Amino acid sequence: MALLVAVLGLFLVGVATAVGLRRRPLVGAFAGLAVFLAGVAATVVEGVGVDEAPTATVKWLSALGLDLHFSLDGFGVLMSLIVLVLGFAVLTYAIAYFEHDETFARFVGVFLAFAGSMTGVVIASDLFTMFVFWELTSICSFLLIGLNDKSESARQAAVRALLTTGAGGLCLLGAVALLQVDVGTTRFTDLVALQPTGTLVDAAIVLILLGAFTKSAQFPFHFWLPGAMAAPTPVSAYLHSATMVKAGIVLLARTSPAFGESAFWQWWVVIAGCVTMLIGGWRALRQNDAKLLLAHSTVSQLGLLTVLVGIGSPLALYAGVAHLLAHAVFKVGLFLGVGVVDHELGTREVSRLAEARTRLPLVTASLVAATLSMAGIIPFFGFVTKEKALVALLEADLGNVATIALVGVVAGSVLSVAYSARLLRALVRRPLGVAAEHHTSRVGAILLARPVVEAAGFSLAFGLFASFVGKVLVAPALSLDADAKGKLVLWPGIDDALLISAVVIIVGSFIGWRAPLTATRTGGTRGERTFDRIYDSTLGFAKRITAATQTGSLPMYVAVTAVVATAAMLSGLLLDGFPSGAIFVDDSPMTVLVALLVAVFAVATVVVPLRFTAALLLGGVGYGIAVLFVMRGAPDLALTQLLVETLTIVIFLLALRVMPRRFAPASQWVPKWARAAVAAAIGVVVPCFALLVRESREAPSVAADYLTRSVDEAGGANVVNVILVDFRGFDTMGEITVLAIAALGVVNLVRVAERQRRAKSAGSAK
Amino acid sequence: MTSPEHPKDVSNSGGARNPSDIVRSAIFDELVDRWLSKVAVLVAIYVTFRGHNAPGGGFAGGLIVGGVFVLQYLTGREPHVRFRTILHPTRLLGFGLLLALGTTVTPLFVGATPLESHIWKLDVRLIGEVKIVSSMFFDLGVFFVVVAVVLMILLSLGTRQSTVFGDEDIA
Repeated sequence: MALLVAVLGLFLVGVATAVGLRRRPLVGAFAGLAVFLAGVAATVVEGVGVDEAPTATVKWLSALGLDLHFSLDGFGVLMSLIVLVLGFAVLTYAIAYFEHDETFARFVGVFLAFAGSMTGVVIASDLFTMFVFWELTSICSFLLIGLNDKSESARQAAVRALLTTGAGGLCLLGAVALLQVDVGTTRFTDLVALQPTGTLVDAAIVLILLGAFTKSAQFPFHFWLPGAMAAPTPVSAYLHSATMVKAGIVLLARTSPAFGESAFWQWWVVIAGCVTMLIGGWRALRQNDAKLLLAHSTVSQLGLLTVLVGIGSPLALYAGVAHLLAHAVFKVGLFLGVGVVDHELGTREVSRLAEARTRLPLVTASLVAATLSMAGIIPFFGFVTKEKALVALLEADLGNVATIALVGVVAGSVLSVAYSARLLRALVRRPLGVAAEHHTSRVGAILLARPVVEAAGFSLAFGLFASFVGKVLVAPALSLDADAKGKLVLWPGIDDALLISAVVIIVGSFIGWRAPLTATRTGGTRGERTFDRIYDSTLGFAKRITAATQTGSLPMYVAVTAVVATAAMLSGLLLDGFPSGAIFVDDSPMTVLVALLVAVFAVATVVVPLRFTAALLLGGVGYGIAVLFVMRGAPDLALTQLLVETLTIVIFLLALRVMPRRFAPASQWVPKWARAAVAAAIGVVVPCFALLVRESREAPSVAADYLTRSVDEAGGANVVNVILVDFRGFDTMGEITVLAIAALGVVNLVRVAERQRRAKSAGSAK
Repeated sequence: MTSPEHPKDVSNSGGARNPSDIVRSAIFDELVDRWLSKVAVLVAIYVTFRGHNAPGGGFAGGLIVGGVFVLQYLTGREPHVRFRTILHPTRLLGFGLLLALGTTVTPLFVGATPLESHIWKLDVRLIGEVKIVSSMFFDLGVFFVVVAVVLMILLSLGTRQSTVFGDEDIA
């Protein structure tokens, strides 16, 4: 698929812009625009009007069955086009919006990477691939929300969004694992064909829903989306209304034909969707900031989409796909339009939006058009899709679930008409004051206004040519569910749905027109506060646990480790019997002598009063062991042991220079005999266990295998070394990493001690 | 590090004199500096490369070089002055790790499993056939990591003034 090349191109240009082209972000931006166009072309050429959806597989870890599968089916084409076309539009807008802004390079870089990830999400053909790109969108979203890294509220919002969507991503990973284990596949087409059921599948369903709900800001995870409005307007317009938050909807759309039959799924989806719709609508009605109003309205619209796409009725799925397009178009227009007003007039307050009328007539007109589409007024596209949604829910044969969904959607629609009406009134009423002037170049003004006007124009055109758009949308819906065939019309004739719409519009407009333009300000939302409380208490809990278990007493750590190890090994010994020690039978007296010598050194180490002597004696133990290695035919081990021992003694001496000569008297709270008992126990149990392990071998040793393979496969006659660098090279890799970390730890510990000493001496000098 | 500046060195190392005082002498200095260290480094390189077929290897080789540093340190000069010509040890550490990691993942790019060895046989004039195994680079990575670790410990512990911890008992 050529589209995959475009996706890769987005990532590459993104990284190049963020890293290499910091001083020339415009170059990156134009390269990005070119890639967007190429992606659109690739999607149209490959995906439109073909019988068989093009697929592609990118080999990754094939041995583990982890390959990336993509398929550009009808829905993939629709979503890719939304992502890429809107990406193009928003990027042109951003070029003017970020004029003279130093964060532009970072914005372009992450924005392009995000567009690439999102394209990956929509053309993924199995849950695992979707998960990979899903996480990438979460990370990009985090970086974009926190784009203004000097603002604390932006950083907090970014962390909230990341943790919420990241937790959802983890759930999705769990679902991937469960489905792979239980059903044996995570391919969407296979899942739809298999219609899996069972306890594990139910667990997977819950995890999938959690993933979708966190991403698409469904109740009770709706709080992060309004907070994400800390991001610059192009980000909000693109990520948090048109694309990323749709990822959850995409997931639901892909999986609902597979799981939608289960009542469990339907109830969850409908309840979460309806509650979200009502909460979002109600909050949107009470916002002073136009951007926040739009954010809450997005939450509410996502609720509607969740219900439509997830309820498991083919016609509702078709309506959902149509409304997804409608929402993407009008919401991007609204966000960008409010952004223009903000950029030109320096205000986003709902009560001052009217001031834009004289300065920005075209933008205001476009905003009005997009708002009408959002409210679902004929002849805009929003009307067409909302009608379809009502028809689908009226006709759905799902019993109570459909009834509740219908009631919820009607109530939610009343609210969405209401907040649209309030926004409309704010736009068209007589302005109170005169707006401050702001300088934007002519080109900049055109760049800013163009996408807004286009979005409004498309909202109208899609509505006027509804039947044509409806035909185009059949292929995307069919690729999700073979029954999801429908059509769109601008004027459906007078039926139940139209009557409901009429009532909804009248009631909603009445509420909205009467609603005050300046609402009483509330602090953070309850969801945000709850999140913060959970976040803080988790950290506090971790701190308390750490304080309770990490006392900082070295003897205590050693004792706990020793006792636990002794208990574990002793239980093994008691179950399997003590070793016979048969391997010692033909040992030479020389070996026994060396072993005794080592034992004497070891005991002496413990009893001498001076640190220096103890260090030397410890070295003696090590050298003795090295001799034993030689006697047992392990020259490699002996060599290494000898060298390590030598270096260790020197390091000991270096450290001892700064320590008292004598050992400090042991603290009294643990009696001496207890310490001796712990030491003796571990000293006796470990060797016994080592012998037991040796004696109870059942599988043949790998040694013979290694010996035969050593020269041929690894080209080395020293099998010990070959094991280290080839057969078990991963272990060595881990060990040298640990070694490196330990060295860095030593350096930093000494540095900290030095700094504290300096601080202390500076303090005492004063 | 000279003892008059740090009289505590003497008092703290238990009656015995500072380790750097014990071995300090002009002849020893000369011997270590001129000959021993160079020979030892040659030995270390030899041990590292022979490791694949006989006792030795990157770990042992690295430790020998570490031993050379210790010897040089014991001849009594400030390690930071002594080892200034050596690449910054943290960079050496990173280089070693990357070398080992590179050897681990490179086979993936040619369709083999990680760490799978490749054997090159070169025909060098006068010497004859020379066999190079790709895991040698892994062993070299280990070598550099070990050298760097020893150097880092030596530099941080070796140059500390004796009053780092004061006279308090930190046991």
